[in-house]
Amino acid sequence: MLKKIRVTLATLCLAAITLLFLDFTGTLHHWLGWLAKIQFLPAVLALNLVVIIVLLLVTILFGRIYCSVICPLGVFQDGVANLSKKGKKGKYSYSKEMKWLRYGVWVVFVIALIAGINALVALLAPYSAWGRIVQNLLAPVWQWGNNILASIAEKHESYTFYTKEVWLKSLPTFLVALGTLVAVVILAWKNGRTYCNTICPVGTTLSFFSRFAAFRPVIDASKCKSCHLCEHKCKAACIDIDGGKTIDYSRCVDCFNCIDNCKFGALKYRFAWGTEPNGTPAKANHATLGTVRGGTGAERSGASGGAERSEAFARPEVPSGDSSAPADKTRRAFMVGSALALGGSALSSVKAMAQTEPAEDEPVKIEGEGGFADIVPKIAPKRSVAITPFGSESVKAFYSHCTACQLCVAVCPNNVLRPSKDLKHLMQPEMSFERGYCRPECVKCSEVCPAGAILKITPEEKTQWKVGTAKIAPWLCLVDNGTVEECGNCARHCPTGAIQMVKKDPNDPKSVRIPSVDESKCIGCGACENLCPSRPISAITVDGFQIHHKA
Amino acid sequence: MVSRSTIKLDNTMKNINRREFLKKTGEGAALAGAVAVAGACAPKKTAETVAAAVNSDGKDVLETGKMELRTNPGNGDKVSLLGYGCMRFTMKKDANGKDVVDQENVNTLIDYALAHGVNYFDTAPVYLQGQSEKAVGIALSRHPRNSYYIATKMSNFQSNDRKVAMQLYNDAFKNLQTDYLDYYLLHSLGRGGAAGFKARFEDNGVLDFLLKEREKGKIRQLGLSFHGDQPSFDDMMVLHDKYHWDFVQIQMNYYDWKHADGRRNVNAEYLYNELDKRGIPIVIMEPLQGGRLAKPAESVVNRLKERDPQASIASWAFRFVGSYPRVLSVLSGMVYMEHLQDNLRTYMDFKPLTEEELTFLDTDISDIMANYPTVECNDCKYCMPCPYGIDIPGIFMHYNNSVNQGLQPRSKEQEDYQKLRKSYLVSYDRAIPTLRQADHCVGCKQCIPKCPQSIPIPRELRRIDAYVEKLKQNTL
Repeated sequence: MLKKIRVTLATLCLAAITLLFLDFTGTLHHWLGWLAKIQFLPAVLALNLVVIIVLLLVTILFGRIYCSVICPLGVFQDGVANLSKKGKKGKYSYSKEMKWLRYGVWVVFVIALIAGINALVALLAPYSAWGRIVQNLLAPVWQWGNNILASIAEKHESYTFYTKEVWLKSLPTFLVALGTLVAVVILAWKNGRTYCNTICPVGTTLSFFSRFAAFRPVIDASKCKSCHLCEHKCKAACIDIDGGKTIDYSRCVDCFNCIDNCKFGALKYRFAWGTEPNGTPAKANHATLGTVRGGTGAERSGASGGAERSEAFARPEVPSGDSSAPADKTRRAFMVGSALALGGSALSSVKAMAQTEPAEDEPVKIEGEGGFADIVPKIAPKRSVAITPFGSESVKAFYSHCTACQLCVAVCPNNVLRPSKDLKHLMQPEMSFERGYCRPECVKCSEVCPAGAILKITPEEKTQWKVGTAKIAPWLCLVDNGTVEECGNCARHCPTGAIQMVKKDPNDPKSVRIPSVDESKCIGCGACENLCPSRPISAITVDGFQIHHKA
Repeated sequence: MVSRSTIKLDNTMKNINRREFLKKTGEGAALAGAVAVAGACAPKKTAETVAAAVNSDGKDVLETGKMELRTNPGNGDKVSLLGYGCMRFTMKKDANGKDVVDQENVNTLIDYALAHGVNYFDTAPVYLQGQSEKAVGIALSRHPRNSYYIATKMSNFQSNDRKVAMQLYNDAFKNLQTDYLDYYLLHSLGRGGAAGFKARFEDNGVLDFLLKEREKGKIRQLGLSFHGDQPSFDDMMVLHDKYHWDFVQIQMNYYDWKHADGRRNVNAEYLYNELDKRGIPIVIMEPLQGGRLAKPAESVVNRLKERDPQASIASWAFRFVGSYPRVLSVLSGMVYMEHLQDNLRTYMDFKPLTEEELTFLDTDISDIMANYPTVECNDCKYCMPCPYGIDIPGIFMHYNNSVNQGLQPRSKEQEDYQKLRKSYLVSYDRAIPTLRQADHCVGCKQCIPKCPQSIPIPRELRRIDAYVEKLKQNTL
């Protein structure tokens, strides 16, 4: 019965959290957003004391229920283990706690957290690992499915579904997500909850409290016939029948598999505050360090899984910075090419003739009508400071709070947020404007962040905050370099009116007008950068501010 | 080889006006002389019933009907009133991702058209990204050369260089697989008036050459297509005295009959009457105003369907232009079989509109349409490709459709505003890829001189962009 309740709740939780990461419209968040906010590490980073205290109280009262119900990665592992041969037949056996690995990882994690080695924290955190797996591996499938529905909807002139652009937001993060998934699946397939009891820092933290849990599964030695069925069913490998019928409560995740399977009623989930692991009073002798059976297998798989993870972690290619100089040349070539192609419009035909006089016998290329000019994709410029979302208050605050769960990336409708490729902030999001810009009416990321990295803001507040400022590269500006006589697309689309078109030559009343940025008004939203016709590098680009402030 | 003959208009035709023509056809009297109009004799039925696809005896017009033929008084050509405009065939992507004409489809449509009496095929070297002439040549060369008339054009927009013109001219013969051209047009005259004409055709000797070709019979009929304002048109009429245009192609439809804006284009009523006065046969382009009249505002659809629930919306526009006797052929860029069939049903056993119906269209209906803030874009794609990759006609078409269908969100107070807002934005993204939308227009103005409708394209794009921005920000 207990198991059934647990399985039902866990399935609902997993499905809901997964949907949170899949729903790119951000509507589900209204109802299910709290599930992200009650995750342990985000709550810690958001300094959400209420959640932390409640979670710890629950653990000290009922054991690591969190790991079996709330944690999506934990529940996912149960699913994988259930499918495995070992899980189906119940062939687990007790293994010794791998103290060095477990506490070693935990210490490293805590040090990384304090020292601000954010990539490592993000890598180990279980909730964000699940977020990355869903966002990188499942979301594209979901979105393709959506796009099929959208094309069907289009045929029926329905606007319920609309097409969502599917793109690889960051290869390193994708590979990390894939590596994490492979490692977790292997570990769970082979030995159930190995990850949770050796690597997961949240599991280890909770284990400090769960070992004293008031309610826990207790073996009644008098009824136990030592059939080992419970031990074989224990995914956490924490029931030791031969070693004195004890349970290692630091590793027990309260899955209740043992209780449901005991044929003799020897296992009960009951109040046992202050008793020893085998249910005898605290002072009695026990044998947790007794015979070790089948431990080697778990150890081996744990070690190999670890190796794979570190390999996956080392593999990501950090792309070298984009050099703007050659890109500039390409852009010019493109502009010149298109200018030539169109030089022969009816009015300027005489001028064009002089320029493109064909050689005697060479046939003239006749231009047809219609068709589209190719559009060169934009390349992200080098930014001296990364741009972090409106509501993040400062780059430092953002990165020290962010667990890289990708929830904000998942809901960003403008394709602005993507995981950073910078090693220091690997997988943590940053803004860039090649595919869109941070639109003035949108505050979706600030609504979903569970870790307090992006604080909630309103659209009205948004246009008052400065997250960066635009700067102009005159040699790329099409007006400034003489490609066209008039543009001003940046100024036209600036939501705060920060761009003024000024005379290039103040003394010439007929001078062309080039853009200038009023730093006091610019908020760094990237509209100008995104809509600048200069390609692949925009002539106007945004640099982030270390500390965001009001305009 | 047929040589050019001077136009000798039959007296009956010369002095006939619209009213008399209608009266005669209405009485069922066959027209005498050169413009004997086969099948124009309307049976004594009310106008409301004649447009139905199926005759009262249950037989489909497509099987039993006869294509309306108009006689060119200049050379006696019996030209089908429905002409095939070859600028809008479907394209598909080839292995390299390039757009290529779907030749199989072209063949099917042209075969079907020929089988139903269509014999006038209008193409140009620039149509369909430069592929139209060739595609039409392939399709037509499968039929006897004397079973159709080819019309193509001197599209020397690119440069006034004689060499470009010569190449365009010579390529036409190769592409169309023929040794004579039935109807040859100086393409898109008007803008620039006499001066522009001088630079494009006179100074470089291109026109002299073409006149000689006409004498030789390589060009059977030499004419021009016109887009522009009234002074430019008057210039062309002055030039008629000098060069003698065998025919003139104009934009004419019930909306432009009286509602042309006068600055960018001239009322078709004026154009028609000027040409009629001089006895010049007229070929009609844009009878649907680039499709706009096939998809008018809901209220217009309602009025038209009330009059005749069976008649297609487009058929009204075709019957309108066909009702004028000086019209030799009406061009329609039929993309799909249903367009072709619908037009065939209009022009086989053709029934002209009554005087009352003509007024209903050119005044009542057009007055309603004038009140909608649409962009007068015909989707001719002459402005394309935009060097910045913008889908100019696509943006205008999407905007016009939403205006005409009454789906345009206008204010937050409006009922259904949120629904309309979503459908507008979603359909905009569906119709135009983000990178080709109006917000990417830099205003380089390269499109302006290319637009036959003289639409201030950058300004219109900005208007639409500002509107979309308001929708997105919810500040409408």
